Amino acid sequence: MKSGAVKRHTIAIMVDNEPGILARVVGLFSGRGYNIESLTVAEVDSRERVSRITVVTVGTAMIIEQIKAQLSRLVPVRRVSDLTEEGPHLERELALIKVAGKGEKRVESLRIADIFRARVVDSTIGSFVFEMTGSTEKLEAFIRLMEPLGLVDVARTGAVAISRGPKAI
Amino acid sequence: MRMTGAEMVIRALLDQGVDTVFGYPGGAVLPIYDALFKQNALRHVLVRQEGGAVHAAEGYARASGKVGTVLVTSGPGATNAVTGLTDALMDSIPIVCLTGQVPTHLIGNDAFQEADTTGITRPCTKHNYLVKDVNDLARVMHEAFYVARSGRPGPVVVDLPKDIQFQEGEYVGPEHVLHKTYRPQTQPDKALVAKAVELMAGAKRPLFYVGGGVINAGPKAVAQLTKLVRMTGFPCTQTLMGLGAFPASDPLSLGMLGMHGMYEANLAMNQCDVMIAIGSRFDDRVTGRLDAFAPNSKKIHIDIDPSSLNKNVAVDLGIIGDAGLAVEEMSRQWRAGKIAPNARALKAWWSQIATWRARQCLRYRQSDTVIKPQFALERLQAAIKGRDDVYITTEVGQHQMWAAQFLKFERPNRWMTSGGLGTMGYGLPAAIGVQMAFPDALVIDVAGEASILMNIQEMSTAAQYRLPVKVFIMNNQWMGMVRQWQELLHGGRYAESYTAALPDFVALAEAFGWKGMRLEAPGDVDRVIAEMIDHKGPVMVDVAVDPKENCFPMIPSGAAHCDMLLGPEDKAEVVSEDGMVLV
Repeated sequence: MKSGAVKRHTIAIMVDNEPGILARVVGLFSGRGYNIESLTVAEVDSRERVSRITVVTVGTAMIIEQIKAQLSRLVPVRRVSDLTEEGPHLERELALIKVAGKGEKRVESLRIADIFRARVVDSTIGSFVFEMTGSTEKLEAFIRLMEPLGLVDVARTGAVAISRGPKAI
Repeated sequence: MRMTGAEMVIRALLDQGVDTVFGYPGGAVLPIYDALFKQNALRHVLVRQEGGAVHAAEGYARASGKVGTVLVTSGPGATNAVTGLTDALMDSIPIVCLTGQVPTHLIGNDAFQEADTTGITRPCTKHNYLVKDVNDLARVMHEAFYVARSGRPGPVVVDLPKDIQFQEGEYVGPEHVLHKTYRPQTQPDKALVAKAVELMAGAKRPLFYVGGGVINAGPKAVAQLTKLVRMTGFPCTQTLMGLGAFPASDPLSLGMLGMHGMYEANLAMNQCDVMIAIGSRFDDRVTGRLDAFAPNSKKIHIDIDPSSLNKNVAVDLGIIGDAGLAVEEMSRQWRAGKIAPNARALKAWWSQIATWRARQCLRYRQSDTVIKPQFALERLQAAIKGRDDVYITTEVGQHQMWAAQFLKFERPNRWMTSGGLGTMGYGLPAAIGVQMAFPDALVIDVAGEASILMNIQEMSTAAQYRLPVKVFIMNNQWMGMVRQWQELLHGGRYAESYTAALPDFVALAEAFGWKGMRLEAPGDVDRVIAEMIDHKGPVMVDVAVDPKENCFPMIPSGAAHCDMLLGPEDKAEVVSEDGMVLV
């Protein structure tokens, strides 16, 4: 029953910003054995106290349906949108990437950063911190290229996503 | 109106129509107990352990249809309540559980009797609250009741720090409180109901499969369902939780289905071509092996909880809504369409069902020397037959399944058993709760000697409130269901399933101020049952039943409905490895 092709889904969850809501959502994923690839959360409407949680998860069609239904069942959850299912959407992630090195490697990292449109936000004689925004794939490609050039530290936000076109979710 | 937090709690309970609270005092709820002391409108039932309070509230809620209310202290008070909360979540029972908490400035400091109650109960409640401002308290109380009883009912915890109980704030009544966002869908989509009716009209081997959701939807929903089933002439099987959702004596009833359900119900499930599931959740005890579950059927599923649809079994038509409203709409469309079901096919289907019924799956070998558990329950059924004021609770195990098989429920809210969680020790406190709701009713806890010991302390509660509950113990000296599985799956190595040093239950009863009786001979069964029923106070009957008897029919774990064992003479094919790991 739970077989079938496994697919990556980006789900946006609008919730009442109240204590424990993140624990509820995360607990639901761990308690029912669902996967979380990434998770971001922040308040998006301070008057109504609404937060938006973006979860990237993987599962079969039936599991994804369950995840959405189970999320909707939580009392403080207002709306659950499967952006992957609901048409075209944009997905962005921000990363801070620290590369330490000297000489040719250091120059090369800067050259590649330029190609990828990463910005230098901190610099010492022996290191750079690059800031980069983009799709998860683009970030990963850049990070892979930095590995042989002295990659020492990475911080990533996880994906945020929004649908294309004029309508809200 | 200004008042203290503790006064607000009492006032909110009264405004919510609560008349009975089950609880146990402690340091962190003393202000609330003080407020309780100063009034007479709200009854408090002092249990002997907090777990008993939640089960009692469950029994009260299930029998009366109201929200059950619990009041316990912080720390161990709250943690003891966790099993009952989980039980109520699994069986969709509306409960509001108020827990004391250490004062707000001590939260997180590992204070005396501190526990992270909202953290611990988050996965085992429908919702929970920690009140940190006395001016939120009234709203939270009213929301808690609304959430507990709306949509799919469930337990809600309100954690109340002690300083909040002392502080003064503004009380608001329930009429001023509307939950910001929570609005479960109750009205079914009419177009989907039309599709369901169309499927039903064309069915050759239809089957209604109804569960506890119908009972939760209220007596009107049950009446609507009974009308619909009779109008269609389709067979109707019930889950363990759904017993009473359709009259057991109706010829259209196939009785309970599932692991220890009726042969005819399970075979009908296996062979049906259109299944109409209402308020049932395709539990593993019902479906057996999933890939062999009703393999050639179109499945219609009506449920108030969207996450119940397509959870275990993919259905062809899912309808979200209140069971009563959906059934009413279904009946309306069926009548409006002047639908005549396929009479010839239906006749053939019923004659097929008759051949399954003829197997008499509940048959057992009677003995004139030892009491067979089935016989004892058959005689209990004979003694209560035709009475409308009988409520049955159970513990968990073989006796529970026998009770489900041999006791017949004509109405809803008469059968209180721990279905989803399978909580041993449920029956006695639940019986106390039922008896509080209906003081003049005959309330019987069908128990096992192992289960009853798990909440035996509640005998003292029944004595204190002069509750005339009857406990009918099927004493086989074994954890019977554990032993049955060890026999089936573990080569008869009975690890720790025999209880040595059982108490003398008659002496125990007397110690608590109950009447105690011992029943040993088949010839005495009727007399002792009559004596138990006639006695005005609480009675414990210790029935010595055949210690070797196993519960049949049975679908071994991991097997399909059509692979049912009808009795000890049917040897299970060696249970598959996949089946072994299932519980």
